[in-house]
Amino acid sequence: MDTYSLLRQFADSWMLMLMTLLFVGVVVYAFRPGSRKLQDDAANSIFRNEKRPAPRDAETGSRNTKEA
Amino acid sequence: MWDYVKLVVLSAIAVFAAIAAQYGHDLAYSVNAIVVMLAAAATFIWVLRRMYEPVTVDPDTYNDGVVRAGVIATAFWGIVGFLVGVVIAFQLAFPALNIPGVEGILNFGRLRPLHTSAVIFAFGGNALIMSAFYIVQRTCATRLWGGNLGWFVFWGWQLMIVLAATSYLLGGTQGKEYAETVWYIDIWIAVVWVAFLVVFVGTLVLRKEPHIYVANWFLLSMIITVAMLHIVNNLAVPVSIFSSRSVSAFGGVQDAMTQWWYGHNAVGFFLTAGFLGMMYYFVPKQAERPVYSYKLSIIHFWALIFLYIWAGPHHLHYTALPEWAATLGMVFSVMLWMPSWGGMINGLMTLSGAWDKLRTDPIIRMMVVSIGFYGMSTFEGPMMSIKAVNSLSHYTDWTIGHVHSGALGWNGMITFGALYFLTPRLWNRDGLYSLRLVSWHFWLATIGIVLYAASMWVTGIMEGLMWREVDANGFLVNAFADTVAAKFPMYVVRGLGGVMFLLGAIIMCYNLWMTVRAQPAKAVSPAAVPAE
Repeated sequence: MDTYSLLRQFADSWMLMLMTLLFVGVVVYAFRPGSRKLQDDAANSIFRNEKRPAPRDAETGSRNTKEA
Repeated sequence: MWDYVKLVVLSAIAVFAAIAAQYGHDLAYSVNAIVVMLAAAATFIWVLRRMYEPVTVDPDTYNDGVVRAGVIATAFWGIVGFLVGVVIAFQLAFPALNIPGVEGILNFGRLRPLHTSAVIFAFGGNALIMSAFYIVQRTCATRLWGGNLGWFVFWGWQLMIVLAATSYLLGGTQGKEYAETVWYIDIWIAVVWVAFLVVFVGTLVLRKEPHIYVANWFLLSMIITVAMLHIVNNLAVPVSIFSSRSVSAFGGVQDAMTQWWYGHNAVGFFLTAGFLGMMYYFVPKQAERPVYSYKLSIIHFWALIFLYIWAGPHHLHYTALPEWAATLGMVFSVMLWMPSWGGMINGLMTLSGAWDKLRTDPIIRMMVVSIGFYGMSTFEGPMMSIKAVNSLSHYTDWTIGHVHSGALGWNGMITFGALYFLTPRLWNRDGLYSLRLVSWHFWLATIGIVLYAASMWVTGIMEGLMWREVDANGFLVNAFADTVAAKFPMYVVRGLGGVMFLLGAIIMCYNLWMTVRAQPAKAVSPAAVPAE
């Protein structure tokens, strides 16, 4: 079989199935139990840190980045 | 040390560009070489003057300088792009406006790619870069990564715009729609775009928030996919290093398919995914409510990503493209209707419980109309991709109307909303200069789009019907020139719609300018004063 037919057959069989399953997996994952709390937190993250970055943590506290 | 490397590289570029300008095979190339030489020389001086000045940056602040520059560039290129659009709209209505003295520079054929690139890549591109830099910093709660690399992206993009604009006017083109830029500009776009990707991903990696907010997913998919599309579609061999001509790596129907794989996904990822990223940030922020359903936004994202990439063949119905490929493109385009409307519902329903804001806040009104146009054009698009409909609509003005209801309505309005949102915040002003002027802008733009889209529907369908009209003996009834004559009144209406849209944008620029100039600075609580 020539490359074109081979690739085409692969694309509209196994690859199509793999992508469909991946998508279904993503949807199922979005609806997994316990996701609501994380998603609510993410949805509200835009209302934090409006003016300045989150406070630095202890070990990087003294950095003062130099830019050339 | 690093500065010396920069100086050597910049001077080498300037010298080579000067030589290239001399040896250029065509005028577009030589003029571009001079522009590159000037840009390299200006950057050389800029680097030289700052060589021994230590630059300290407070990591406890956001890099908003580059976003402010992006706001200015977006507004500026918006006016330029709309103005050129109005000019070419009237050139179509009144061919005498293709003035003989400047034939070959300012005629419709040369100005048309200038208009499309100016609005898509200059206005839209700057809007995307600016929003991406603003959103990624806020949602990651960390300063933009990469130091001055963000500024490189900004200035690199402006240089690309100037190169492309001068090149188009002087005849430099690859003849690929929305990818007209010639090979050396394509290389430059790839360099700048990869730098954009690096800055964006670098910031994501250093984020302080555990979750990557959905707007960033859309923006990241936009950056990655556009890089892939751009590089593959522009694979070409230059005729000479001193010429703007090149030969595409693909030929015939493969070239056409690659072009529309690029072309449709430029719409899908540049003008849809990227602007959806803006929607998912600016609409909830302006409405002061979180997005309606975060689950839906995840499904919206992945459905869009999985479906959009296959829709390109619908641009090549009834051509040499294999029937199965055209059908595949059509089927995926129709399926795409669902995630698009899922996203529209998600955006609109974010306002549930806050619908009263529509009455008082013209900015949210602008954003809602933008989402409405998104829904309308993502319904119209799948419909036009159906072969039977496409046989009527293709090559007619209906396509132009569809593109503009998407571009003016969706991309334009959401960008205006973002500009109104960002300007007072970035310049630390106490609100906008005038909400009345925002309302003026809103109505001028909305009525302008309606005039534009409605006139193009009428003329498009009329033209399509006239083309296929046959008499009792099976002969075509109308000559092409008959359709052109019949379209005249609609072309004038379209031009007026464009004038109204441009007028609204000029009012916006005045309003934003006065916001920065005349509005009092926002009174800040001591806790929010920058630490510098």
